Amino acid sequence: MPTKPELSVSAEPIIDIRDLSVRFSLGGSTFARLLGRETGVVKAVDGVNLTLRKGEVVGLVGESGSGKSTLGRALLGLVPAADGSIVFDGDDIARFSKRELRAHRRRAQMVFQDPNAALNPAMTVEQGVGDALRIHGIKSAAERRERVVDALERVGLSPVELFLPKYPRDLSGGQKQRVVVARAIIMGPSLLVADEPISMLDMSVRAKILQLMLDLKDQLDLTYAYITHDLASAKFFCDRIAIMYLGRIVEIGDTESIFADPKHPYTKALLAAIPDPDPSRSLPRDLLKGEIPDAARPPSGCAFHPRCPVAFEKCGWEARDLVSALESHWLQTGVSTFDVERNQIANLNSLREQDEGPAEVKASGDGTPEGIVALLEEVKREKADARFWTGVEAVDPSAAGAEVRFHEGEDPQLRPVGDVEVACHLY
Amino acid sequence: MRRMASLIAAPFSKTQGVARWMLVVGAAITAVFLIFALFAPLIAPYGFDQFRASDGTKFPKLGHPSSSHWFGTTDLQTDVLSRVIWGARTAVEVVGLAVIASLVLGMALGIVSGYFGGWLDRVLVLVMDSIFAFPSLLLAIVFAFLFTNIIGAGILFLTGGVVAAALSLTAIYIPQYFRVVRNTTISAKEATYIEAARALGATDGVIMRRYLFGNVIQSVPVLGTLNAADAIGTLAALGFLGIGIQPTEAGEWGFDLQRALDDAGLGIWWTSLYPGLAIVLLITGLTLVGEGLNETINPLLRKQRLVRVEMTPRESSGSTSEGSVTRS
Amino acid sequence: MTLIEHVPTPSWALGPVIDVRDLRVWYGTPRGAIRAVDGVSFSLQGGETLGLVGESGCGKSTLGRGLMGLLPEGAKRDGKVLFRGDDILQMSVHDARAMRGTDLGMIFQEPLTRLNPLMRISRHFEETIKQHEPGRSKAVIRERALEVLNVMGIPPTRYRSYPHEFSGGMRQRLMIALALVLRPAFVVADEPTTALDVLVEAQIIKILNDLRENFDTALLLITHNLGIVAEACDRVAVMYAGRIVEQGDVRDVFRDPQHPYTRELLRSTISLSTTGLNFILGAPPDLINPPPGCRFHPRCPDAMKVCADKDPIETVSDMGTKVECWLHGPAEAIPAGGETRLPREEIGVADEA
Repeated sequence: MPTKPELSVSAEPIIDIRDLSVRFSLGGSTFARLLGRETGVVKAVDGVNLTLRKGEVVGLVGESGSGKSTLGRALLGLVPAADGSIVFDGDDIARFSKRELRAHRRRAQMVFQDPNAALNPAMTVEQGVGDALRIHGIKSAAERRERVVDALERVGLSPVELFLPKYPRDLSGGQKQRVVVARAIIMGPSLLVADEPISMLDMSVRAKILQLMLDLKDQLDLTYAYITHDLASAKFFCDRIAIMYLGRIVEIGDTESIFADPKHPYTKALLAAIPDPDPSRSLPRDLLKGEIPDAARPPSGCAFHPRCPVAFEKCGWEARDLVSALESHWLQTGVSTFDVERNQIANLNSLREQDEGPAEVKASGDGTPEGIVALLEEVKREKADARFWTGVEAVDPSAAGAEVRFHEGEDPQLRPVGDVEVACHLY
Repeated sequence: MRRMASLIAAPFSKTQGVARWMLVVGAAITAVFLIFALFAPLIAPYGFDQFRASDGTKFPKLGHPSSSHWFGTTDLQTDVLSRVIWGARTAVEVVGLAVIASLVLGMALGIVSGYFGGWLDRVLVLVMDSIFAFPSLLLAIVFAFLFTNIIGAGILFLTGGVVAAALSLTAIYIPQYFRVVRNTTISAKEATYIEAARALGATDGVIMRRYLFGNVIQSVPVLGTLNAADAIGTLAALGFLGIGIQPTEAGEWGFDLQRALDDAGLGIWWTSLYPGLAIVLLITGLTLVGEGLNETINPLLRKQRLVRVEMTPRESSGSTSEGSVTRS
Repeated sequence: MTLIEHVPTPSWALGPVIDVRDLRVWYGTPRGAIRAVDGVSFSLQGGETLGLVGESGCGKSTLGRGLMGLLPEGAKRDGKVLFRGDDILQMSVHDARAMRGTDLGMIFQEPLTRLNPLMRISRHFEETIKQHEPGRSKAVIRERALEVLNVMGIPPTRYRSYPHEFSGGMRQRLMIALALVLRPAFVVADEPTTALDVLVEAQIIKILNDLRENFDTALLLITHNLGIVAEACDRVAVMYAGRIVEQGDVRDVFRDPQHPYTRELLRSTISLSTTGLNFILGAPPDLINPPPGCRFHPRCPDAMKVCADKDPIETVSDMGTKVECWLHGPAEAIPAGGETRLPREEIGVADEA
């Protein structure tokens, strides 16, 4: 039975990322522009530090929108770095010209999530895999063929002659992924960025591809950046794991340390969310509410605080959290109470859009300032959103309604806690 | 060689029912005209502007169809059958040139425009849309004048009106290829395999040539045949208006129809019927091919290729729930 | 929150909501018939969830669509699908269509493609309800919609929003709400969480889990994720090459899988307790020409001589697990010498998934 190989990690870094930021400017869809929505800048990766050592498998784990894929693409120079450096074998690829980047891609390659989309449907396996060589100037068709055959044999696609003339549509998902891997290793790279390489595959095939990647790592001295949302495969596959949330690393450490004692509430939540086929484990779980917020408008303070089950006063509470608290209150009360209470508040939608400062809940024609204060007090008593109320300093009556003042929030920085590094105010 | 053969046969083997018939009938009609065009000197009994027999006797003017002139003769004493056959050659030359030229230019512009986007794309789209907005015949007339009188004087001396006519048709069909190819490029460039090519280190040129081209070309054959059909009509219209190809240069159906206009009133039907029939038939043939191809190539139109299924009667094996056995 | 009104139990409630007997769904192709579903039987009580698992191409999606009558032209069904005793397959097209939405609901994988981007959520509910119950006032519709949305955890403030204003998980909740607003007794959920992130997936599973209490729905949950089945289902049916090879209580089947395919599938799943990688050799067979005898025998580590020769017979274990495998007999049906080990044919990557 194949098992996880021993760590063969040297201390020598292959890639060293310092304060890396990647930003995308939002052109905005036509629809959004027509509606006059403002377009902004998304910090897909926001000040990340990470070192990959030679021969190591580092997992970048998080939900979609956490910036893990963007970080992976930055390692190949597929997305431009706005700030910071990515030092690869002594060169900063963040400063590379287009031509230098193309040459860099002999050393760093990528395996994609969806094998059905990652191969050019108009090219045969031989052309598709061989095109990597053609791009890098190997003109001799005979030499290309020889190396393609070698690469296909390495990824276990034999008899090779059978596969060379096939088009991607004639292959199964697992076979396609093998072709994608063959294309990635044919130039002899030292770093492979694997972006969810098994998540689109059948359960029975996933283990095969993972095994293939482990074998190749040993045979070809590869270093992996393994991007995934699945902590189960990361636990098996990775030496180190970086948990990402909204463009930042929130927890990073050796796989064993992270799983032995997950520190960040987000890591804990990810762990709890993995469906496990062991029926004795299938107990009702405390689930994280909500979803990863829009990166164009990250929450203030700790970006995780609106979903965090243990958030407290300095996590950065703000006006939109008040709207969420009201909404979960209305989920409890039912429709008729909602209809009455909703109509008392004049500015619910603008509160949702408000970015900083105290939140002033204004009374509408149907409501009175006293009524608003009473409503907020009642919501607070319900304790539906107890975490939110820890962040509220005071609810004061104002001329138009009620003013909710929040405690000052702080942005948690990554700092060593035990064997790992965590960005959380709890530590 | 075998791959080529199977590639050409693919549309036939892959279609069924009506689509297949459309394709077969269309291809047959088109093939007849292609044979006319290729072997006009051998098939046509006389030249397109020949008005006297080899022994020097003049052909009759507006002669009835007879054994020496199957389709009769025109008011210019030429043989109608010969002119129809030579006209096929002109039509195929002009339309073939025009379609190939507009296809190449339209595709190249479309891929570049769609791939790079930005201001280049915006400018090209604006230009193409304004060309597209004009009535195509009007535009063809303008371009035909332009090419014949202003720009083309030097070139035309060498190549004749066929090229001028082809160029004016090219101009009006480019926007169609541009639009189709640009739109498919825009959706194709978001595909992971394009990003994969970039990740391999491919330059923009390589991506466009080897990754986009093969995937956006699929919509082009249909458009090409349909455009060819349309171009036959436009070419005839130009000839009818006396623009483009001069009667001394080549036989042209539109010109023949125009000459035959007066004859029709006099009960002389053969001068207009045969060229008219040729136009209609060739347009029909090409359209059938185009629509037939569309059914094969366009996945949206293609009916699920499922055939009637006959279920075998159930075997009386014990593998159904009724036959289950309880283990103790 | 419980939404079931307690009314005297009607007679049909004593039996299963849906009872599928020997259902076959075949597609005709020029190469021959694809036997996507080839003799499948199961039944579901109200409030019960059956997980249908298998590799892609085993026919599980076709089975779901076949039950709903959402098959492409050229597909053919036979067998019996009894909904509260009436055979859906015998109904007229019109009657069958009328059942969709009101009696039979479906939840799809890609929520965004099923929502009209130009219609507010309120409109979606109005259209859905009016189609089956014309003449309902907007106020009544709103009340019913908000009630369902509430169960899904969507606050009433979002009722007038457009689909694009929702996140992926919220859209899937919306789809579930739309599928349930007419209170269908039987719902097919086809990979409802595959496009979602782990945390959101867990939220949706919880919602599906709560359906039993909230709506008394019989749910057929199609998934390739065994973990989801363990968390959300009462019973599980393992499908391989068009047939259900094992069917039983989730805990029984997962703790003690009877069929080698179930066992290998469980072993190849990567979970937090994975310490080594296991996989099933080979790939699922071509459904046009499936292997003779047991369809799994070419890949089965325990295959015997009889497995290649005779179709397996369904047996029922003490725990009530139904399984189609010669390892479990019946011994009297196995011909002499049938229990000798079958030499494993070499399975290369050529026929590897």
